[in-house]
Amino acid sequence: MVGQSGVKKALTVSVFLGPSLLALLAFSIGPMVGTVWVSLQDWNLIRDADFIGFDNYRELWGDDDFHRALKNTLYYLVGYLPLVLVGGLGLALLVNSKLKGVAIFRAIYFLPVVTSWVVVALLWKWLLNPSDGLVNWSLGLVGIDGPGWWTSRTWAMPSVILASAWKDLGFVMIILLAGLQSIDESLYEAAKIDGAGAWQRLRNITIPMLTPSLFFVIVISLINGFQVFDQVWVMTEGGPAGSSTVVVEQIVKNTFSYGRAGYASAMSVVLFLIILAVTAVQIRTQKRWVFYG
Amino acid sequence: MADLAIAPADGRHAARRRARLIGRYVVMVACAAVMIGPFVWMVLAALKTDADIRSVPPTLIPEPITGENFTRVTEAFDFWRFTANSIGIAIASTTLQLVTATTAAYAFARMEFKGRDALFGLYLATMMIPLQVVIVPLFIEMRNLGLVDSYAGLLLPTIVSSFGTFLMRQAFLGLPRELDEAAFIDGANHFQVFSKVLLPLVKPALATFAVFAFMATWNSFLWPLVITQASDRHVTLPVGLARLNGRFGTDWNVVMAGSVISIVPIVAFYVFTQRWVIRSVAFTGMK
Repeated sequence: MVGQSGVKKALTVSVFLGPSLLALLAFSIGPMVGTVWVSLQDWNLIRDADFIGFDNYRELWGDDDFHRALKNTLYYLVGYLPLVLVGGLGLALLVNSKLKGVAIFRAIYFLPVVTSWVVVALLWKWLLNPSDGLVNWSLGLVGIDGPGWWTSRTWAMPSVILASAWKDLGFVMIILLAGLQSIDESLYEAAKIDGAGAWQRLRNITIPMLTPSLFFVIVISLINGFQVFDQVWVMTEGGPAGSSTVVVEQIVKNTFSYGRAGYASAMSVVLFLIILAVTAVQIRTQKRWVFYG
Repeated sequence: MADLAIAPADGRHAARRRARLIGRYVVMVACAAVMIGPFVWMVLAALKTDADIRSVPPTLIPEPITGENFTRVTEAFDFWRFTANSIGIAIASTTLQLVTATTAAYAFARMEFKGRDALFGLYLATMMIPLQVVIVPLFIEMRNLGLVDSYAGLLLPTIVSSFGTFLMRQAFLGLPRELDEAAFIDGANHFQVFSKVLLPLVKPALATFAVFAFMATWNSFLWPLVITQASDRHVTLPVGLARLNGRFGTDWNVVMAGSVISIVPIVAFYVFTQRWVIRSVAFTGMK
Protein backbone atom coordinates (compact mmCIF):
# COMPACT_ATOMS: atom_id res chain seq x y z
CA MET A 1 0.00 0.00 0.00
CA VAL A 2 2.75 2.39 1.03
CA GLY A 3 4.70 1.66 -2.12
CA GLN A 4 1.64 2.18 -4.26
CA SER A 5 0.83 5.55 -2.71
CA GLY A 6 4.49 6.51 -3.09
CA VAL A 7 4.32 5.78 -6.80
CA LYS A 8 1.07 7.69 -7.06
CA LYS A 9 2.59 10.67 -5.28
CA ALA A 10 5.65 10.66 -7.52
CA LEU A 11 3.36 10.53 -10.54
CA THR A 12 1.32 13.46 -9.30
CA VAL A 13 4.42 15.53 -8.63
CA SER A 14 5.82 14.76 -12.06
CA VAL A 15 2.56 15.71 -13.79
CA PHE A 16 2.68 19.12 -12.08
CA LEU A 17 6.39 19.73 -12.34
CA GLY A 18 7.39 17.64 -15.36
CA PRO A 19 6.51 19.87 -18.32
CA SER A 20 8.05 22.93 -16.71
CA LEU A 21 11.20 21.15 -15.61
CA LEU A 22 11.71 19.45 -18.97
CA ALA A 23 11.38 22.76 -20.79
CA LEU A 24 13.74 24.43 -18.35
CA LEU A 25 16.33 21.69 -18.85
CA ALA A 26 15.94 21.69 -22.62
CA PHE A 27 15.89 25.43 -23.26
CA SER A 28 17.82 27.02 -20.42
CA ILE A 29 20.01 24.76 -18.28
CA GLY A 30 21.00 22.40 -21.09
CA PRO A 31 21.99 25.23 -23.46
CA MET A 32 23.89 26.92 -20.63
CA VAL A 33 26.02 23.80 -20.24
CA GLY A 34 26.14 23.67 -24.03
CA THR A 35 27.54 27.20 -24.20
CA VAL A 36 30.48 26.21 -22.03
CA TRP A 37 31.08 23.10 -24.15
CA VAL A 38 30.85 24.94 -27.48
CA SER A 39 33.18 27.64 -26.16
CA LEU A 40 35.96 25.04 -26.03
CA GLN A 41 35.55 24.15 -29.71
CA ASP A 42 36.57 25.55 -33.04
CA TRP A 43 33.31 25.25 -34.91
CA ASN A 44 31.55 26.94 -37.85
CA LEU A 45 28.27 25.03 -37.31
CA ILE A 46 28.81 23.04 -40.53
CA ARG A 47 31.82 20.72 -40.34
CA ASP A 48 32.70 18.73 -37.22
CA ALA A 49 33.71 20.64 -34.13
CA ASP A 50 37.37 20.68 -33.10
CA PHE A 51 38.22 20.64 -29.42
CA ILE A 52 40.75 23.41 -28.79
CA GLY A 53 40.64 23.86 -25.01
CA PHE A 54 40.86 27.46 -23.86
CA ASP A 55 42.16 28.87 -27.15
CA ASN A 56 38.97 30.89 -27.73
CA TYR A 57 39.35 32.56 -24.34
CA ARG A 58 43.01 33.28 -25.02
CA GLU A 59 42.06 34.90 -28.30
CA LEU A 60 39.35 36.99 -26.59
CA TRP A 61 42.00 38.39 -24.28
CA GLY A 62 43.73 40.05 -27.22
CA ASP A 63 40.72 40.80 -29.43
CA ASP A 64 40.33 44.53 -30.05
CA ASP A 65 36.77 44.18 -31.37
CA PHE A 66 35.69 42.38 -28.22
CA HIS A 67 37.42 44.94 -26.01
CA ARG A 68 35.66 47.74 -27.87
CA ALA A 69 32.35 45.88 -27.50
CA LEU A 70 32.90 45.60 -23.74
CA LYS A 71 33.90 49.25 -23.51
CA ASN A 72 30.85 50.35 -25.50
CA THR A 73 28.57 48.22 -23.33
CA LEU A 74 30.00 50.00 -20.28
CA TYR A 75 29.68 53.35 -22.05
CA TYR A 76 26.05 52.50 -22.70
CA LEU A 77 25.42 51.76 -19.01
CA VAL A 78 27.24 54.85 -17.77
CA GLY A 79 25.25 57.07 -20.13
CA TYR A 80 21.91 55.32 -19.80
CA LEU A 81 21.64 54.82 -16.04
CA PRO A 82 21.86 58.46 -14.84
CA LEU A 83 19.44 59.52 -17.59
CA VAL A 84 16.72 57.03 -16.68
CA LEU A 85 17.25 57.38 -12.92
CA VAL A 86 17.08 61.18 -12.83
CA GLY A 87 14.46 61.41 -15.60
CA GLY A 88 12.39 58.57 -14.15
CA LEU A 89 12.49 60.10 -10.68
CA GLY A 90 11.48 63.48 -12.11
CA LEU A 91 8.51 61.93 -13.92
CA ALA A 92 7.53 59.89 -10.87
CA LEU A 93 7.51 63.00 -8.66
CA LEU A 94 5.56 64.84 -11.33
CA VAL A 95 2.75 62.28 -11.55
CA ASN A 96 2.71 61.38 -7.86
CA SER A 97 -0.42 63.38 -7.14
CA LYS A 98 -4.18 63.02 -7.24
CA LEU A 99 -4.66 65.81 -9.76
CA LYS A 100 -7.28 65.44 -12.46
CA GLY A 101 -6.05 63.61 -15.53
CA VAL A 102 -2.81 62.48 -13.94
CA ALA A 103 -3.55 58.84 -14.86
CA ILE A 104 -3.65 59.84 -18.53
CA PHE A 105 -0.21 61.45 -18.26
CA ARG A 106 1.16 58.32 -16.59
CA ALA A 107 -0.26 56.20 -19.41
CA ILE A 108 1.30 58.48 -22.03
CA TYR A 109 4.74 58.43 -20.41
CA PHE A 110 4.55 54.65 -20.33
CA LEU A 111 3.65 54.28 -24.02
CA PRO A 112 7.23 53.82 -25.32
CA VAL A 113 7.70 50.94 -22.85
CA VAL A 114 5.05 48.81 -24.58
CA THR A 115 6.50 49.58 -28.01
CA SER A 116 9.08 47.19 -29.40
CA TRP A 117 12.77 48.14 -29.50
CA VAL A 118 12.75 47.85 -33.28
CA VAL A 119 10.06 50.51 -33.65
CA VAL A 120 11.76 52.80 -31.13
CA ALA A 121 15.13 52.34 -32.81
CA LEU A 122 13.74 53.07 -36.29
CA LEU A 123 11.81 56.07 -35.03
CA TRP A 124 14.87 57.58 -33.38
CA LYS A 125 17.12 56.71 -36.26
CA TRP A 126 14.87 58.87 -38.35
CA LEU A 127 14.45 61.67 -35.78
CA LEU A 128 18.25 61.77 -35.43
CA ASN A 129 18.84 61.65 -39.17
CA PRO A 130 21.67 64.19 -39.61
CA SER A 131 20.42 65.79 -42.83
CA ASP A 132 16.62 65.91 -42.63
CA GLY A 133 15.82 64.64 -39.11
CA LEU A 134 13.54 66.54 -36.78
CA VAL A 135 16.13 66.87 -34.00
CA ASN A 136 18.86 68.53 -36.06
CA TRP A 137 16.30 70.73 -37.76
CA SER A 138 15.03 71.91 -34.33
CA LEU A 139 18.60 72.46 -33.14
CA GLY A 140 19.17 74.50 -36.27
CA LEU A 141 16.29 76.79 -35.30
CA VAL A 142 18.18 77.84 -32.17
CA GLY A 143 21.42 78.17 -34.11
CA ILE A 144 23.04 74.87 -33.14
CA ASP A 145 24.68 72.83 -35.86
CA GLY A 146 23.56 69.30 -34.85
CA PRO A 147 26.05 66.42 -34.89
CA GLY A 148 26.03 63.46 -37.29
CA TRP A 149 24.34 61.24 -34.65
CA TRP A 150 24.33 57.56 -35.73
CA THR A 151 26.41 58.29 -38.83
CA SER A 152 29.28 59.61 -36.69
CA ARG A 153 31.80 57.50 -34.80
CA THR A 154 31.61 59.83 -31.80
CA TRP A 155 27.84 60.21 -31.69
CA ALA A 156 26.67 56.68 -32.55
CA MET A 157 26.69 55.46 -28.94
CA PRO A 158 25.02 58.64 -27.58
CA SER A 159 22.27 58.16 -30.20
CA VAL A 160 21.63 54.63 -28.96
CA ILE A 161 21.69 55.82 -25.33
CA LEU A 162 19.24 58.63 -26.02
CA ALA A 163 16.72 56.36 -27.76
CA SER A 164 17.04 53.71 -25.03
CA ALA A 165 16.57 56.18 -22.17
CA TRP A 166 13.52 57.64 -23.89
CA LYS A 167 12.00 54.16 -24.19
CA ASP A 168 12.65 53.12 -20.58
CA LEU A 169 11.80 56.35 -18.71
CA GLY A 170 8.20 55.23 -18.22
CA PHE A 171 9.28 51.90 -16.78
CA VAL A 172 11.54 53.54 -14.20
CA MET A 173 8.81 56.08 -13.45
CA ILE A 174 6.28 53.36 -12.59
CA ILE A 175 8.69 51.44 -10.33
CA LEU A 176 9.68 54.64 -8.49
CA LEU A 177 6.07 55.81 -8.33
CA ALA A 178 5.11 52.60 -6.55
CA GLY A 179 7.98 53.31 -4.15
CA LEU A 180 6.89 56.92 -3.61
CA GLN A 181 3.33 55.89 -2.84
CA SER A 182 4.46 53.53 -0.11
CA ILE A 183 6.22 56.34 1.80
CA ASP A 184 4.38 57.23 4.99
CA GLU A 185 2.75 60.68 4.61
CA SER A 186 3.39 61.44 8.31
CA LEU A 187 7.15 61.61 7.69
CA TYR A 188 6.58 64.65 5.47
CA GLU A 189 4.19 66.23 7.96
CA ALA A 190 6.76 65.90 10.72
CA ALA A 191 9.51 67.34 8.51
CA LYS A 192 7.32 70.32 7.56
CA ILE A 193 6.67 71.05 11.24
CA ASP A 194 10.43 70.95 11.78
CA GLY A 195 10.74 73.55 9.02
CA ALA A 196 12.33 71.38 6.33
CA GLY A 197 12.09 72.86 2.83
CA ALA A 198 11.10 70.97 -0.32
CA TRP A 199 14.70 70.19 -1.30
CA GLN A 200 15.55 68.95 2.22
CA ARG A 201 12.48 66.71 2.23
CA LEU A 202 13.49 65.24 -1.13
CA ARG A 203 17.06 64.63 0.04
CA ASN A 204 16.38 63.37 3.52
CA ILE A 205 13.07 61.54 3.21
CA THR A 206 12.12 60.76 -0.39
CA ILE A 207 15.48 59.55 -1.69
CA PRO A 208 16.37 57.37 1.34
CA MET A 209 12.89 55.82 1.41
CA LEU A 210 13.13 55.17 -2.33
CA THR A 211 16.45 53.33 -2.16
CA PRO A 212 14.84 49.83 -2.35
CA SER A 213 13.07 50.83 -5.60
CA LEU A 214 16.22 52.49 -6.92
CA PHE A 215 18.16 49.34 -6.09
CA PHE A 216 15.67 47.24 -8.06
CA VAL A 217 15.87 49.58 -11.06
CA ILE A 218 19.68 49.55 -11.02
CA VAL A 219 19.92 45.76 -10.75
CA ILE A 220 17.44 45.23 -13.60
CA SER A 221 19.01 47.96 -15.76
CA LEU A 222 22.49 46.52 -15.36
CA ILE A 223 21.36 42.99 -16.19
CA ASN A 224 19.48 44.25 -19.27
CA GLY A 225 22.14 46.79 -20.18
CA PHE A 226 24.89 44.20 -20.50
CA GLN A 227 22.67 42.45 -23.04
CA VAL A 228 21.90 45.55 -25.10
CA PHE A 229 21.37 44.47 -28.70
CA ASP A 230 18.08 45.23 -30.51
CA GLN A 231 18.44 49.00 -30.66
CA VAL A 232 22.12 48.81 -31.67
CA TRP A 233 21.38 46.27 -34.38
CA VAL A 234 18.66 48.43 -35.90
CA MET A 235 20.20 51.89 -35.42
CA THR A 236 23.87 51.35 -36.25
CA GLU A 237 24.60 47.64 -36.79
CA GLY A 238 27.56 48.36 -34.54
CA GLY A 239 28.90 51.02 -36.87
CA PRO A 240 30.11 53.25 -38.28
CA ALA A 241 33.35 51.25 -38.55
CA GLY A 242 32.61 49.25 -35.41
CA SER A 243 32.38 52.37 -33.25
CA SER A 244 29.15 51.26 -31.54
CA THR A 245 29.64 47.51 -31.43
CA VAL A 246 28.37 45.76 -28.28
CA VAL A 247 28.93 42.30 -26.82
CA VAL A 248 25.72 40.57 -27.95
CA GLU A 249 26.15 42.00 -31.43
CA GLN A 250 29.64 40.45 -31.54
CA ILE A 251 28.11 37.12 -30.46
CA VAL A 252 25.52 37.23 -33.25
CA LYS A 253 28.03 38.31 -35.92
CA ASN A 254 30.61 35.71 -34.94
CA THR A 255 28.03 32.92 -34.95
CA PHE A 256 26.05 33.68 -38.07
CA SER A 257 28.31 35.86 -40.22
CA TYR A 258 31.86 34.75 -39.44
CA GLY A 259 31.06 31.06 -38.76
CA ARG A 260 32.76 31.15 -35.37
CA ALA A 261 30.21 29.59 -33.02
CA GLY A 262 32.85 28.43 -30.53
CA TYR A 263 34.41 31.85 -30.29
CA ALA A 264 30.96 33.47 -29.88
CA SER A 265 30.15 31.04 -27.08
CA ALA A 266 33.31 32.04 -25.25
CA MET A 267 32.00 35.62 -25.41
CA SER A 268 28.67 34.40 -24.00
CA VAL A 269 30.41 32.74 -21.08
CA VAL A 270 32.41 35.89 -20.32
CA LEU A 271 29.25 38.00 -20.57
CA PHE A 272 27.42 35.65 -18.21
CA LEU A 273 30.25 35.77 -15.66
CA ILE A 274 30.29 39.58 -15.81
CA ILE A 275 26.52 39.80 -15.23
CA LEU A 276 26.79 37.29 -12.39
CA ALA A 277 29.67 39.15 -10.74
CA VAL A 278 28.09 42.60 -11.09
CA THR A 279 24.77 41.40 -9.67
CA ALA A 280 26.52 39.62 -6.80
CA VAL A 281 28.52 42.75 -5.94
CA GLN A 282 25.34 44.82 -5.93
CA ILE A 283 23.53 42.42 -3.63
CA ARG A 284 26.57 42.34 -1.35
CA THR A 285 26.95 46.11 -1.17
CA GLN A 286 23.26 46.96 -0.98
CA LYS A 287 23.19 47.25 2.80
CA ARG A 288 25.62 50.17 2.58
CA TRP A 289 23.09 52.36 0.84
CA VAL A 290 19.70 50.66 0.58
CA PHE A 291 17.41 51.57 3.43
CA TYR A 292 14.68 49.06 4.26
CA GLY A 293 12.57 51.22 6.59
CA MET B 1 -12.76 77.46 -4.60
CA ALA B 2 -13.66 77.50 -0.93
CA ASP B 3 -10.18 78.49 0.23
CA LEU B 4 -10.26 81.58 -2.04
CA ALA B 5 -12.99 83.08 0.10
CA ILE B 6 -11.26 82.92 3.47
CA ALA B 7 -9.01 85.93 4.07
CA PRO B 8 -6.90 88.33 2.00
CA ALA B 9 -3.66 86.92 3.42
CA ASP B 10 -4.80 83.45 2.42
CA GLY B 11 -5.85 84.80 -0.96
CA ARG B 12 -2.26 85.36 -1.95
CA HIS B 13 -1.45 81.92 -0.66
CA ALA B 14 -4.17 80.39 -2.82
CA ALA B 15 -3.01 82.32 -5.86
CA ARG B 16 0.47 80.98 -5.40
CA ARG B 17 -0.88 77.50 -5.04
CA ARG B 18 -2.89 77.83 -8.21
CA ALA B 19 0.18 79.12 -10.06
CA ARG B 20 2.07 76.08 -8.87
CA LEU B 21 -0.77 73.83 -10.03
CA ILE B 22 -0.77 75.40 -13.47
CA GLY B 23 3.01 75.10 -13.57
CA ARG B 24 2.71 71.40 -12.84
CA TYR B 25 0.26 70.88 -15.68
CA VAL B 26 2.51 72.81 -18.05
CA VAL B 27 5.44 70.56 -17.19
CA MET B 28 3.27 67.44 -17.51
CA VAL B 29 2.05 68.52 -20.94
CA ALA B 30 5.61 69.35 -22.06
CA CYS B 31 6.81 65.90 -20.97
CA ALA B 32 3.81 64.31 -22.70
CA ALA B 33 4.83 66.09 -25.91
CA VAL B 34 8.32 64.59 -25.67
CA MET B 35 6.95 61.10 -25.04
CA ILE B 36 4.07 61.05 -27.54
CA GLY B 37 5.36 63.58 -30.08
CA PRO B 38 7.65 61.09 -31.86
CA PHE B 39 4.68 58.72 -32.33
CA VAL B 40 2.58 61.50 -33.83
CA TRP B 41 5.49 62.42 -36.09
CA MET B 42 5.70 58.76 -37.11
CA VAL B 43 2.02 58.60 -38.12
CA LEU B 44 2.29 61.89 -40.04
CA ALA B 45 5.40 60.63 -41.84
CA ALA B 46 3.60 57.46 -42.88
CA LEU B 47 1.05 59.62 -44.70
CA LYS B 48 3.60 61.74 -46.60
CA THR B 49 4.73 61.47 -50.22
CA ASP B 50 8.39 60.91 -51.15
CA ALA B 51 8.85 64.61 -51.95
CA ASP B 52 7.05 65.76 -48.83
CA ILE B 53 9.09 63.60 -46.43
CA ARG B 54 12.36 65.14 -47.62
CA SER B 55 11.29 68.77 -47.64
CA VAL B 56 13.28 71.20 -45.51
CA PRO B 57 11.87 72.77 -43.37
CA PRO B 58 9.77 69.67 -42.61
CA THR B 59 6.04 69.99 -43.18
CA LEU B 60 3.86 69.17 -40.21
CA ILE B 61 0.65 68.15 -41.98
CA PRO B 62 1.20 65.88 -45.01
CA GLU B 63 0.41 67.64 -48.28
CA PRO B 64 -1.14 65.73 -49.96
CA ILE B 65 -2.11 62.95 -47.56
CA THR B 66 -1.30 59.61 -49.17
CA GLY B 67 -2.02 56.00 -48.27
CA GLU B 68 0.48 54.77 -50.82
CA ASN B 69 3.22 53.95 -48.30
CA PHE B 70 1.00 51.33 -46.70
CA THR B 71 0.42 49.77 -50.10
CA ARG B 72 4.17 49.70 -50.73
CA VAL B 73 4.75 48.04 -47.35
CA THR B 74 2.18 45.32 -47.93
CA GLU B 75 3.34 44.75 -51.50
CA ALA B 76 6.95 44.28 -50.40
CA PHE B 77 6.20 42.09 -47.38
CA ASP B 78 3.23 40.15 -46.10
CA PHE B 79 2.67 42.33 -43.05
CA TRP B 80 -0.72 40.73 -42.38
CA ARG B 81 1.02 37.42 -42.03
CA PHE B 82 3.66 38.99 -39.75
CA THR B 83 0.87 40.44 -37.61
CA ALA B 84 -0.93 37.10 -37.43
CA ASN B 85 2.37 35.38 -36.56
CA SER B 86 3.08 37.89 -33.79
CA ILE B 87 -0.40 37.62 -32.29
CA GLY B 88 -0.44 33.82 -32.55
CA ILE B 89 2.99 33.36 -31.01
CA ALA B 90 2.32 35.87 -28.23
CA ILE B 91 -0.98 34.20 -27.28
CA ALA B 92 0.42 30.65 -27.50
CA SER B 93 3.54 31.55 -25.55
CA THR B 94 1.61 33.40 -22.84
CA THR B 95 -0.84 30.51 -22.43
CA LEU B 96 1.92 27.92 -22.19
CA GLN B 97 3.93 30.07 -19.78
CA LEU B 98 0.85 30.40 -17.57
CA VAL B 99 0.34 26.63 -17.59
CA THR B 100 3.95 25.70 -16.83
CA ALA B 101 4.33 28.47 -14.23
CA THR B 102 1.16 27.68 -12.28
CA THR B 103 1.58 23.90 -12.26
CA ALA B 104 5.25 24.06 -11.22
CA ALA B 105 4.45 26.77 -8.67
CA TYR B 106 1.73 24.58 -7.19
CA ALA B 107 4.19 21.71 -6.81
CA PHE B 108 6.71 24.00 -5.11
CA ALA B 109 4.15 25.64 -2.83
CA ARG B 110 1.87 22.75 -1.92
CA MET B 111 3.58 19.38 -2.39
CA GLU B 112 6.22 17.63 -0.32
CA PHE B 113 8.94 15.80 -2.22
CA LYS B 114 12.62 15.12 -1.98
CA GLY B 115 14.92 17.86 -3.26
CA ARG B 116 12.09 20.35 -3.63
CA ASP B 117 13.93 23.34 -2.23
CA ALA B 118 17.12 22.59 -4.16
CA LEU B 119 15.09 22.33 -7.34
CA PHE B 120 13.41 25.65 -6.64
CA GLY B 121 16.85 27.15 -6.09
CA LEU B 122 17.76 25.89 -9.56
CA TYR B 123 14.73 27.72 -10.98
CA LEU B 124 15.82 30.92 -9.27
CA ALA B 125 19.35 30.48 -10.63
CA THR B 126 18.09 30.21 -14.22
CA MET B 127 16.60 33.69 -13.88
CA MET B 128 20.22 34.77 -14.25
CA ILE B 129 20.61 33.03 -17.63
CA PRO B 130 19.49 35.39 -20.35
CA LEU B 131 18.65 34.15 -23.83
CA GLN B 132 21.60 36.11 -25.19
CA VAL B 133 23.98 33.84 -23.35
CA VAL B 134 22.56 30.53 -24.60
CA ILE B 135 21.68 31.59 -28.12
CA VAL B 136 24.32 29.50 -29.92
CA PRO B 137 23.52 26.07 -28.37
CA LEU B 138 19.81 26.86 -28.52
CA PHE B 139 20.08 27.49 -32.25
CA ILE B 140 22.09 24.27 -32.73
CA GLU B 141 19.50 22.35 -30.70
CA MET B 142 16.67 23.70 -32.86
CA ARG B 143 18.60 22.87 -36.02
CA ASN B 144 19.14 19.31 -34.84
CA LEU B 145 15.42 19.02 -34.14
CA GLY B 146 14.71 20.39 -37.62
CA LEU B 147 12.86 23.37 -36.15
CA VAL B 148 14.70 26.27 -37.78
CA ASP B 149 12.11 28.41 -39.59
CA SER B 150 9.11 26.91 -37.87
CA TYR B 151 6.51 28.08 -35.38
CA ALA B 152 7.64 25.41 -32.93
CA GLY B 153 11.19 26.70 -33.12
CA LEU B 154 9.99 30.23 -32.39
CA LEU B 155 7.76 29.14 -29.56
CA LEU B 156 9.52 26.37 -27.63
CA PRO B 157 12.33 28.34 -25.95
CA THR B 158 9.77 30.79 -24.54
CA ILE B 159 7.34 28.36 -22.89
CA VAL B 160 8.83 28.28 -19.42
CA SER B 161 9.50 31.30 -17.24
CA SER B 162 11.29 30.87 -13.96
CA PHE B 163 10.28 34.42 -13.06
CA GLY B 164 6.63 33.50 -13.61
CA THR B 165 7.05 30.33 -11.54
CA PHE B 166 8.49 32.44 -8.74
CA LEU B 167 5.63 34.94 -8.98
CA MET B 168 2.94 32.25 -8.91
CA ARG B 169 4.59 30.38 -6.07
CA GLN B 170 4.50 33.58 -4.01
CA ALA B 171 0.79 33.91 -4.85
CA PHE B 172 0.03 30.33 -3.76
CA LEU B 173 2.04 30.71 -0.56
CA GLY B 174 -0.10 33.72 0.27
CA LEU B 175 -3.23 31.54 0.44
CA PRO B 176 -4.13 29.81 3.74
CA ARG B 177 -3.45 26.06 3.95
CA GLU B 178 -6.87 25.45 5.49
CA LEU B 179 -8.40 25.88 2.05
CA ASP B 180 -6.64 22.82 0.63
CA GLU B 181 -7.03 20.81 3.82
CA ALA B 182 -10.79 21.31 3.81
CA ALA B 183 -10.95 20.26 0.16
CA PHE B 184 -8.79 17.17 0.79
CA ILE B 185 -11.11 16.10 3.63
CA ASP B 186 -14.00 16.41 1.19
CA GLY B 187 -12.17 13.89 -0.96
CA ALA B 188 -10.57 16.20 -3.52
CA ASN B 189 -7.22 15.30 -5.08
CA HIS B 190 -4.31 17.61 -5.98
CA PHE B 191 -5.65 18.28 -9.47
CA GLN B 192 -8.98 19.43 -8.09
CA VAL B 193 -7.42 21.51 -5.32
CA PHE B 194 -5.16 23.15 -7.90
CA SER B 195 -7.76 23.91 -10.54
CA LYS B 196 -10.94 24.41 -8.51
CA VAL B 197 -9.73 25.84 -5.19
CA LEU B 198 -6.43 27.68 -5.52
CA LEU B 199 -6.26 28.81 -9.15
CA PRO B 200 -9.43 30.95 -8.99
CA LEU B 201 -7.97 32.77 -5.99
CA VAL B 202 -4.75 33.89 -7.69
CA LYS B 203 -6.39 35.56 -10.68
CA PRO B 204 -4.72 38.95 -10.02
CA ALA B 205 -1.26 37.37 -10.05
CA LEU B 206 -2.22 35.41 -13.18
CA ALA B 207 -3.30 38.59 -14.95
CA THR B 208 -0.14 40.38 -13.88
CA PHE B 209 2.06 37.66 -15.25
CA ALA B 210 -0.03 37.22 -18.40
CA VAL B 211 0.36 40.89 -19.32
CA PHE B 212 4.07 40.71 -18.59
CA ALA B 213 4.59 37.55 -20.67
CA PHE B 214 2.48 38.80 -23.57
CA MET B 215 4.41 42.03 -23.94
CA ALA B 216 7.78 40.34 -23.60
CA THR B 217 6.96 37.80 -26.32
CA TRP B 218 5.36 40.38 -28.56
CA ASN B 219 8.43 42.61 -28.48
CA SER B 220 11.15 39.97 -28.55
CA PHE B 221 13.60 40.38 -31.38
CA LEU B 222 16.84 38.44 -31.05
CA TRP B 223 15.44 34.89 -31.01
CA PRO B 224 12.91 35.45 -33.84
CA LEU B 225 15.70 37.15 -35.82
CA VAL B 226 18.00 34.15 -35.43
CA ILE B 227 15.46 31.36 -35.92
CA THR B 228 13.62 32.80 -38.97
CA GLN B 229 16.65 33.67 -41.07
CA ALA B 230 15.88 31.60 -44.15
CA SER B 231 12.38 32.73 -45.15
CA ASP B 232 9.61 35.23 -44.50
CA ARG B 233 6.98 32.70 -43.52
CA HIS B 234 7.35 32.64 -39.74
CA VAL B 235 8.60 36.16 -39.26
CA THR B 236 7.11 38.27 -36.46
CA LEU B 237 6.50 42.01 -36.65
CA PRO B 238 9.77 43.26 -35.10
CA VAL B 239 11.86 41.11 -37.45
CA GLY B 240 9.61 41.98 -40.41
CA LEU B 241 10.10 45.63 -39.63
CA ALA B 242 13.88 45.23 -39.53
CA ARG B 243 13.68 43.54 -42.95
CA LEU B 244 11.53 46.37 -44.26
CA ASN B 245 14.20 48.79 -43.10
CA GLY B 246 16.80 46.70 -44.89
CA ARG B 247 14.80 46.89 -48.13
CA PHE B 248 13.71 50.52 -48.03
CA GLY B 249 16.63 52.01 -46.15
CA THR B 250 16.02 55.72 -45.82
CA ASP B 251 12.58 55.84 -47.43
CA TRP B 252 11.35 56.94 -44.04
CA ASN B 253 7.73 57.33 -45.09
CA VAL B 254 7.59 53.64 -46.04
CA VAL B 255 9.53 52.51 -42.95
CA MET B 256 7.25 54.59 -40.73
CA ALA B 257 4.15 53.13 -42.43
CA GLY B 258 5.46 49.67 -41.51
CA SER B 259 6.09 50.88 -37.97
CA VAL B 260 2.53 52.18 -37.70
CA ILE B 261 1.13 48.82 -38.85
CA SER B 262 3.30 47.02 -36.33
CA ILE B 263 2.37 49.11 -33.29
CA VAL B 264 -1.40 49.25 -33.85
CA PRO B 265 -2.14 45.86 -32.21
CA ILE B 266 0.03 46.42 -29.13
CA VAL B 267 -1.21 49.98 -28.64
CA ALA B 268 -4.80 48.73 -28.89
CA PHE B 269 -3.95 46.04 -26.34
CA TYR B 270 -2.34 48.68 -24.13
CA VAL B 271 -5.27 51.10 -24.32
CA PHE B 272 -7.65 48.44 -23.01
CA THR B 273 -5.33 46.87 -20.42
CA GLN B 274 -3.44 50.04 -19.47
CA ARG B 275 -4.34 49.86 -15.79
CA TRP B 276 -3.29 46.22 -15.63
CA VAL B 277 -0.08 46.82 -17.52
CA ILE B 278 1.01 49.63 -15.22
CA ARG B 279 -0.05 47.70 -12.14
CA SER B 280 1.86 44.62 -13.24
CA VAL B 281 5.06 46.64 -13.73
CA ALA B 282 4.64 48.34 -10.37
CA PHE B 283 4.02 44.95 -8.80
CA THR B 284 7.18 43.36 -10.20
CA GLY B 285 9.12 46.23 -8.62
CA MET B 286 7.52 45.66 -5.25
CA LYS B 287 8.48 42.03 -4.76
